[in-house]
Amino acid sequence: MIYMRPMHRRSVLRGMMGGAAISVGLPILDCFLNTNGTAFAATGQALPVRFGTWFWGCGLNPGRWEPDKVGADYDIKPEMAPVAGFKNKLNVYSGLKTFLDGKAVGVHFSGVMACTTGTVPNGMMPSKASIDSLVADVIGTRSRFRSIEVACAGIPSHSQSRRSATAMNPAEVSPAKLYTRIFGPEFTDPNAAVFKPDPAVMVRKSALSVVSEKRQDLMKKIGAADRQRLDEYFTSVRELEQQLALQLEKPAPIESCSVPGAVADSAVGNEIAMVRENNRLFSTLLAHAVACDQTRVVNVAFADATSSLRHKGGTQSHHEHTHEEPIDVKLGYQPELAVFNTEIMEGFNEFLTAMDGIKEGDSTLLDRSIIFASTDHGYAKLHGLENMPLFTAGSGGGRMKTGIHVAAKGQPVTRVGLTAQQAMGVPVSSWGTESNETSRTITEVMA
Amino acid sequence: MITRTGLRLAALAVGVAAVSLTAVAADYAASSPAPATREPVAVRLNGTQYRQIIADVFGPTIEIGGRFEPGLRKDGLLAVGSGLVTVTTTGLGEYDKMARSIAAQVTTEPQRSALIPCTPKDAKKADAACAKEFLGEVGKLLYRRPLSREELKAQIDVAGESAATNKDFYAGLGTSLWTMLISPEFLFRQEFAEADPANKGAYRLDSYSRAARLSFFLWNAAPDPELLAAAEKGELNKPEGLQRQVDRMVASPRLEGGVRAYFTDMLGYDKFEGLAKDVVIFPKFNFKVAAEAEEQTLRTIADHLVTQRADYRALFTTPKTFISPMLASIYSVPVDPDGGWQPFEFPKGDPRTGILAHISFTALHSHPGRSSPTLRGKALRELLLCQKVPDPPGNVDFTLIEDAENPKFKTARERLKAHASEAMCAGCHKIMDPIGLALEHFDSSGGYRTSEHGASIDTTGELDGQKFADAADLGRVVSNHPAAPSCLVTRMYSYGVGRAVERSEREMVAELQKSFAAEGYRVPDLMRHIALSDQFYRVAKPSADKPVDDKLKSKTEASAQPATSVAARE
Repeated sequence: MIYMRPMHRRSVLRGMMGGAAISVGLPILDCFLNTNGTAFAATGQALPVRFGTWFWGCGLNPGRWEPDKVGADYDIKPEMAPVAGFKNKLNVYSGLKTFLDGKAVGVHFSGVMACTTGTVPNGMMPSKASIDSLVADVIGTRSRFRSIEVACAGIPSHSQSRRSATAMNPAEVSPAKLYTRIFGPEFTDPNAAVFKPDPAVMVRKSALSVVSEKRQDLMKKIGAADRQRLDEYFTSVRELEQQLALQLEKPAPIESCSVPGAVADSAVGNEIAMVRENNRLFSTLLAHAVACDQTRVVNVAFADATSSLRHKGGTQSHHEHTHEEPIDVKLGYQPELAVFNTEIMEGFNEFLTAMDGIKEGDSTLLDRSIIFASTDHGYAKLHGLENMPLFTAGSGGGRMKTGIHVAAKGQPVTRVGLTAQQAMGVPVSSWGTESNETSRTITEVMA
Repeated sequence: MITRTGLRLAALAVGVAAVSLTAVAADYAASSPAPATREPVAVRLNGTQYRQIIADVFGPTIEIGGRFEPGLRKDGLLAVGSGLVTVTTTGLGEYDKMARSIAAQVTTEPQRSALIPCTPKDAKKADAACAKEFLGEVGKLLYRRPLSREELKAQIDVAGESAATNKDFYAGLGTSLWTMLISPEFLFRQEFAEADPANKGAYRLDSYSRAARLSFFLWNAAPDPELLAAAEKGELNKPEGLQRQVDRMVASPRLEGGVRAYFTDMLGYDKFEGLAKDVVIFPKFNFKVAAEAEEQTLRTIADHLVTQRADYRALFTTPKTFISPMLASIYSVPVDPDGGWQPFEFPKGDPRTGILAHISFTALHSHPGRSSPTLRGKALRELLLCQKVPDPPGNVDFTLIEDAENPKFKTARERLKAHASEAMCAGCHKIMDPIGLALEHFDSSGGYRTSEHGASIDTTGELDGQKFADAADLGRVVSNHPAAPSCLVTRMYSYGVGRAVERSEREMVAELQKSFAAEGYRVPDLMRHIALSDQFYRVAKPSADKPVDDKLKSKTEASAQPATSVAARE
């Protein structure tokens, strides 16, 4: 059924919108922040700082990741072995917990919410924006993409990035599509010799005002609850406008920016080998996207909370292993589970390797970033919310000390999030709610 | 009056749901029917609806790439969550891509003669009159109401500017169409309220909002031109006018689209997106099988409920279904390998009767490598009987439920005994596991088996006091369970209005349940009753509808230009 059908041609009216010209106001983009960092060699402009999150589900085996030694030069436990090479750039936080304040535990949920939003909601619906959104509000507003989310197991809703309670930033699950989104026809190479603004982009940018201008009128007509939602929609429109404006602006050359080769999709699923391959492809793309200043905030969901990762031919998933695999009496831990955990940390290592592999002056992308890695449970076997493993990698351009193990038994997990936000320049003095609220940063790692 | 407003705003700050019972119920207690306590809401279109609208307006050949933002399940339905979600930057990026592609396709050489009702005087220049004709008509279908004069002028201006820059009339139309396709009026189904003249102090949806609610409920599509015309004439506010449209829509083949959309939501089929089985253990299962399993059950439901107009409860016992060659290999039944989808009836005595025995149910509610009586039992309770199973408690040691490889426990029933023996687990698991165990003859991929690890599988059990022997028998027990039809009525009403049933509506829903039973549990009749009820269109007084806004509104209207330059020439 097609509603639009050829109709009788009415007499064509004379008169046209003669002489309609487009004038596009190009904003002078202050692309660079008031950081304390070094500068682009080519232009003398300051290098930006970046933020990333890396999420995995079902924690790690207690006793097999926390270093014995507190402070610098900590020892590497078995499940941390894959990231041992980054010891000097990696902080380990042990002993931190999620407080429920009498609320029923949302299994594989409450802990994620505490680490990433600072708040444990009542029930299974998120109630706050996530840390990456809060950071992106400060550092992500001038790049082409405010943030980029990816999920390695094929499900967009594995994303843990939320702009608000009901606005999840859906993750890209296809490396090939992500490649096109970043480096496809709409990519402006900052190092290209010639810059020619695309007239089609000019037209679209001008036309988009017909949408953004609806805001005022619409807000008057709708109910209070809808106003916030529509406001979020109009924020998205504004960001699309900004993206188009950036495409019309000649970008400053960036020495460390190179365009990676096109990427073909690899198999998608929750088999850990597939997930790792997608994590690897995504990591490379994200590192190049960050280097080319297409975005300053990246979010990787290696797997879902309630980790559905599995091995080919195995009847049980990672999650089922956490609960049902017996503890080996001789070893004192769940051996199959340890295999999963090691593979996950290998995935983390691959992400860090990609970020560290791009040099920016005398440091690397990783050095100029803070990567915040978190999970859903401390001891997943019991749905435990104590001793949750948390990591940060990179110093954010010297804003944080690295290579330190912080033992903070019984302290709220939100202390790490608060510390990372302050290091990223978010004007926040306390973060979280109820017992998860904290105004204490982790001074041991503050530069 | 001031107190009431104060109360309402205070309640709103806490949450939409809270508004209802405190402030408004007292106000409208005297009026009948029961007051609806939620104000009009902006409902984000879902992917299926978006595709349907584009196909309806521009034809099914238009390709839509891109990905839709994930939905939010609330009170058991994505339809309820649609009134809570927004459009993120990433989401808008996808809409932007889709809109550009659609606009380009609509304005290309072969399509334009079919879809654009006029030709410009000069294809290299702007043509306001032709743009107006196209954009006015398309706009009405996309926004589900006619564009205001100002809106239309703005769209014509966009087309004109773009045409002039591009030296191409059609490029101009494309740009203007693109902006409409990413506009909030298209992406959100924004409801508006008006005072109900028949019930003092009460509010109802305005004509166009009524048309949209009705159309998305019955057809899962935007109002067609006929329904829009009825809305324009105010016919939907009159009982006979509303009945004419509802009867037409219920009788239309498009009702099937509405029924499919409802069951897709109710049965949680969004989970099919991530459904995968282990390729070593279940080599026959792949994403194509998963998609066909979903389609099998939806076909069965549509045929049973709409085509045959049969009893809803018999969905759990019917041996009739449709099978594709690929599914036939998992069901191990003979079908014509080149025949595509074929009607199929499981022979008498076969355990595969009713939709619970379909691959769609047994595979969707399993782990990738093995079946899960717990997940299946939970799904049956929550999705089909509207019973809430509590979440598991924290700090539980699950080691008792030994792993599947443990030679001590051969079948799921043996492994799950721990659930029943541990007091902390037993409370909830005894309401899930026994009914799930009835389906243990079906493995994680939906294939039939009689034993697990060499031990024969026992499928006996009971559901709320009714004993059953196996899967087919479970279907019979579910079909006789009073919660099955009453759950459907409650969920379907909730789906239609996009919110949970409110306390004040329970009586009215109970009436619907009674008539559903009295009339033979026919779903099209139920949908008709819901669509004809006053309550379906009732909303709370909108918080936007404040005196100050009214003044602003009238001022805007008064100062608006009475006619655009284009219209003046006309």
